[in-house]
Amino acid sequence: MINAIINGHSVTVAEGTTILEAAEKVQVKIPTLCKHPDLPPTASCGICIVKAKGNNKMLRACCTPIAEGMDIITHDTEIVNVRRSVIELILSKHPNECLTCGRNGNCELQTLAEDFGIRRESYQECVSTISSDTSTGSIVLDPRKCVLCGRCVNVCQNIQDVWALSFVERGIETRISPAGDISLSESPCVRCGQCSAHCPTGAIVENDETQKVWQNIQNPDNYCVVQIAPAVRVAVGEAFGMKPGTNLTKKIYAALKRMGFKAVFDTNFSADVTIVEEATEFVTRFTTAPGSLPLITSCCPAWVDFMEKYHSDLKDNFSTCKSPQAMLGALAKTYFAEKNNIDPKKLFMVSIMPCTAKKYELSRSAEMFASGTQDVDVALTTRELARMIKQAGIDFKNLPDEEPDHLLGDYTGAATIFGVTGGVMEAALRTAYEYVTGGKLKNIEVQDVRGLAGVKEGVVDVGGHKVKVAVAHGLKNVEYVLSKIRTAKKEGTELPYHFVEVMACPGGCVGGGGQPYGVTDELRKARTEGLYCDDRDQVIRYSHENPYVKKLYEEFLGKANGEKSHHLLHTNYVARPEYQK
Amino acid sequence: MNKTILLIKDTAASSDTTKDLKAAFEKTARELGMEDSVQVVRVSDLGIYNQGVVVKILPNDLIYGHVKPEHVEKILKVTVKEGTPIEDLILRNVVSQTRIVLRNCGVINPESIEEYISNQGYTSLAKCLLDMKPQDVIDEVKKSGLRGRGGAGFPTWMKWNLARTSPGDQKYVICNGDEGDPGAYMDRSVLEGDPHSVIEGMVIAGYAIGAKQGFFYIRAEYPLAISRIETALKQAYDAGLLGKNILGSDFSFDLEIRLGAGAFVCGEETALIASIEGKRGTPRPRPPFPSDKGLWDKPTIINNVETLANIAVVFQKGGDFFSSIGTEKSKGTKVFAVTGKVEHSGLVEIAMGTPIRDIVYNICGGVLNGKKIMAVQTGGPSGGVIPEKYLDTPVSYEHLIELGSIMGSGGMIVMDVTDCMVDISKFYLRFCVDESCGKCAPCRIGGFQMLKLLEKVTDGEATPDDIETIRRIAHTMQKASLCALGQTAPNPVMSTLRYFEEEYLQHVQDKKCRAGKCKKLTRFSISTDKCKKCSLCSKNCPVGAIPGSKEQGYSVDQAKCIKCGRCFEICKFEAIVRS
Repeated sequence: MINAIINGHSVTVAEGTTILEAAEKVQVKIPTLCKHPDLPPTASCGICIVKAKGNNKMLRACCTPIAEGMDIITHDTEIVNVRRSVIELILSKHPNECLTCGRNGNCELQTLAEDFGIRRESYQECVSTISSDTSTGSIVLDPRKCVLCGRCVNVCQNIQDVWALSFVERGIETRISPAGDISLSESPCVRCGQCSAHCPTGAIVENDETQKVWQNIQNPDNYCVVQIAPAVRVAVGEAFGMKPGTNLTKKIYAALKRMGFKAVFDTNFSADVTIVEEATEFVTRFTTAPGSLPLITSCCPAWVDFMEKYHSDLKDNFSTCKSPQAMLGALAKTYFAEKNNIDPKKLFMVSIMPCTAKKYELSRSAEMFASGTQDVDVALTTRELARMIKQAGIDFKNLPDEEPDHLLGDYTGAATIFGVTGGVMEAALRTAYEYVTGGKLKNIEVQDVRGLAGVKEGVVDVGGHKVKVAVAHGLKNVEYVLSKIRTAKKEGTELPYHFVEVMACPGGCVGGGGQPYGVTDELRKARTEGLYCDDRDQVIRYSHENPYVKKLYEEFLGKANGEKSHHLLHTNYVARPEYQK
Repeated sequence: MNKTILLIKDTAASSDTTKDLKAAFEKTARELGMEDSVQVVRVSDLGIYNQGVVVKILPNDLIYGHVKPEHVEKILKVTVKEGTPIEDLILRNVVSQTRIVLRNCGVINPESIEEYISNQGYTSLAKCLLDMKPQDVIDEVKKSGLRGRGGAGFPTWMKWNLARTSPGDQKYVICNGDEGDPGAYMDRSVLEGDPHSVIEGMVIAGYAIGAKQGFFYIRAEYPLAISRIETALKQAYDAGLLGKNILGSDFSFDLEIRLGAGAFVCGEETALIASIEGKRGTPRPRPPFPSDKGLWDKPTIINNVETLANIAVVFQKGGDFFSSIGTEKSKGTKVFAVTGKVEHSGLVEIAMGTPIRDIVYNICGGVLNGKKIMAVQTGGPSGGVIPEKYLDTPVSYEHLIELGSIMGSGGMIVMDVTDCMVDISKFYLRFCVDESCGKCAPCRIGGFQMLKLLEKVTDGEATPDDIETIRRIAHTMQKASLCALGQTAPNPVMSTLRYFEEEYLQHVQDKKCRAGKCKKLTRFSISTDKCKKCSLCSKNCPVGAIPGSKEQGYSVDQAKCIKCGRCFEICKFEAIVRS
């Protein structure tokens, strides 16, 4: 342990603790614009500087480990003045467009400017004139607003292993861009949006499509319907000052109805359908074609894109199941439309997702048009939903609970945990176990696949068969899992896994790139607990027992993995180049 | 048998008459049967001026001045053969250079390992590997007092010791040859002129810290240095001085070259490491220091070329000998690249403690055209100016810092009264702004904004508040920049503000540039009293801004004039007025 003094207060912390972290122990908050709890320090902003007695240099609190006997001053007139000067310099290179910015009111730079009482521009404005990159349709990169904290580059390269973003140019011309100055859509970008989730300013935000949705809701020719993804319900409350993890499913249903949607569905319903399809697919492969194992999940569009770009040699191992979003879109424009006698072409399907890649998924392949038209018309992120609720003047916190449209709205506990890492695996195991053994899993909660460890491995006894599973989240972690699979295939040794789940974002969808800002592990855990709680609260916790799912198969689909299912609910994968140029 | 080498040079700047003298030496040597023991070399510079033909005799280290053909036979017989100095010829009171780092430069063929070896080359390596333990090697370097010549002056032994005691299965030695200060070419000259001395230093360093691998990081703009190092590496491998079991010992060491791609910041050690690793060359926070986590996270030492070139001498002559040269805290010598308004620009190696004035006036022949000196700039873009009144300050790390400058890697620019101090600081700041990697906000934006303000000053558009803003940005950059580039970038500005604030105020308040360097503040006109209507100015004006005729006379069209000063320089009657 290290003993030191911060602003006159003694502090004892573990070796390796930074000054920034140690200061928190004595209730001192050192400001920073570049340090993010998820990421190693880049030391780029220069705001967290502090003094150590006996050292005439100022130290960066974010990256300097506190040392035995250090006597730190975090705030004096000189330090605060230097910090203010750095913030003013950053502001001189940042456009003064707060009122029209995607981060207005929720921007770390804006907060610093306010905290430091900056009331005038001390330096000549020197904002660059480079235009925004809107090429992905999922995220918008506005380099003018970038403060070069490096969080997006760090998360893109070191957490997601995508390497779409990098620094280009140098000095005052330095900016964030894909290498070679190509557009994001030509780069390896998988649209996961983790860059936007970590950006302190409005330099990377989701592509806001709320106005498009309002126009379609208000168009009397349209029949506007909506679905909400599992992770949205435990996060949207943060935008209204509610406790992270609060389950607001039924208030969201109410809000969406008040906004004018004619039917409100739940992506959790199609998550149950996904499990029926995917568990069937797994059991078929496991019992009849073990050579085609492991089965790898495909719910996450960023992961699908990543696989198609970097790991297409394993595309035959991918589950052909579409994601729950895509399945619900196809079912709404066929099953729901037929039952309610609505022209599918007039049916406008909006989805509310924790994710920016879901916007890309809508048209990623021909199978996304299974209903004869685009199955889902617009995908909004949780952040966009919160904005729409506010625009509609809805007192969200005090809304009464309402029900969804049952045909595509009721869900089981297995579905709701799709929103956390390991959830799809757990839900699939619950159903697959019963498909194989006819009985129930002894422990319905599969602890091996829960938690925030980057790779989780486990063995589940399924009627005497040892089913080996792996769960990875944060794309960097897939390398470990896939390497083991490749090695076993190459050497002809026993497969390391039979079933693999991958979610692109750390924590799974609860930590998705479209969720409310400020994600940390603490927040991921709170949202995760919200979904596990939702699971525990459900009477039915097995997807295949969802009565509306059963009804769907009886009335419309026939059998799981049957012909109609294949047409509407399954897809194909192709190898795609990492770079389009 | 070792040869005696005679270096001859005509120290009159205008001529070189040594060709015949060289022939005379060689002819007489043959007649005396001494041709195998004497080598005569005409050299381009000895750092001695206006002393007629000078002959420097090695290894005796005697310098004879005003040598005439009639002295040839006596020099060969008395000095070379018998080893006796000829008192009448010895040049006295010449402040001479002390060449340790440059000991072989210009003396041996850099592409010949044999010549290096015949000048005691690799004897230090043999001594270290065969007779000394690694800790003894570090202790000897400690005794020498050698400090890093890259600029910061960190004790070399301490750096080595930290890396030695840091645990690691693999350790690395890096030679920092990314010399980039404007006008500086000390390292280049050593790499080109004496590559083996640097290699020898690196292998000794590798032995001392327990490294098996080393890298030369040399900027790609130094193709000759790279080729000389390549040649030298091959020779050293062939001679068993690199590779496995060097000189039959248990120690194995490999060396490779990595090229820098033209970023000044890659001279910063953590940025240099990133560059070798194939990453974008930007600094990272320290700690961890490279001695703990350096290249590929392994303990690493990064030494400057000049530092490494000193190492062999420390072991040839002993740490005590080395520490006998210099001041109390700055030992040995320092090489400077002296440029600017000086009669004889070039490389100068002097013992630490030599006054700056001696370098300028005695070694480099004084200020160009006899003009009055204004200041000497040291430390390049991270350094500062030293005004005339402090020129008697001895050169050492501490003294230069006291004056608000730094030793730096060895750039030294002499400025006379025609230099504008604001313009000079703007030049250096622009260099740092161009070379900022862009990683940290204080350097990236602070430097840019400060440069804009300096441009306002030199354009005559600044207010006194702007000077205060410059000071504020400078303080912010010094305190909050991540690496030394940003922390020291304001130094040229701060040191000129310290010594020449009135010049800034002239620009700001009187809208005047004393030196006439700042174009927007300069106006050329023709004094009708003095003008002889010769038309020379009109004919030579590159933009046709001086219309008129021999009958009517000439005048300057201010709208067209680009303030180049050509008319001012060319007028024979001092009729052009600069104001």
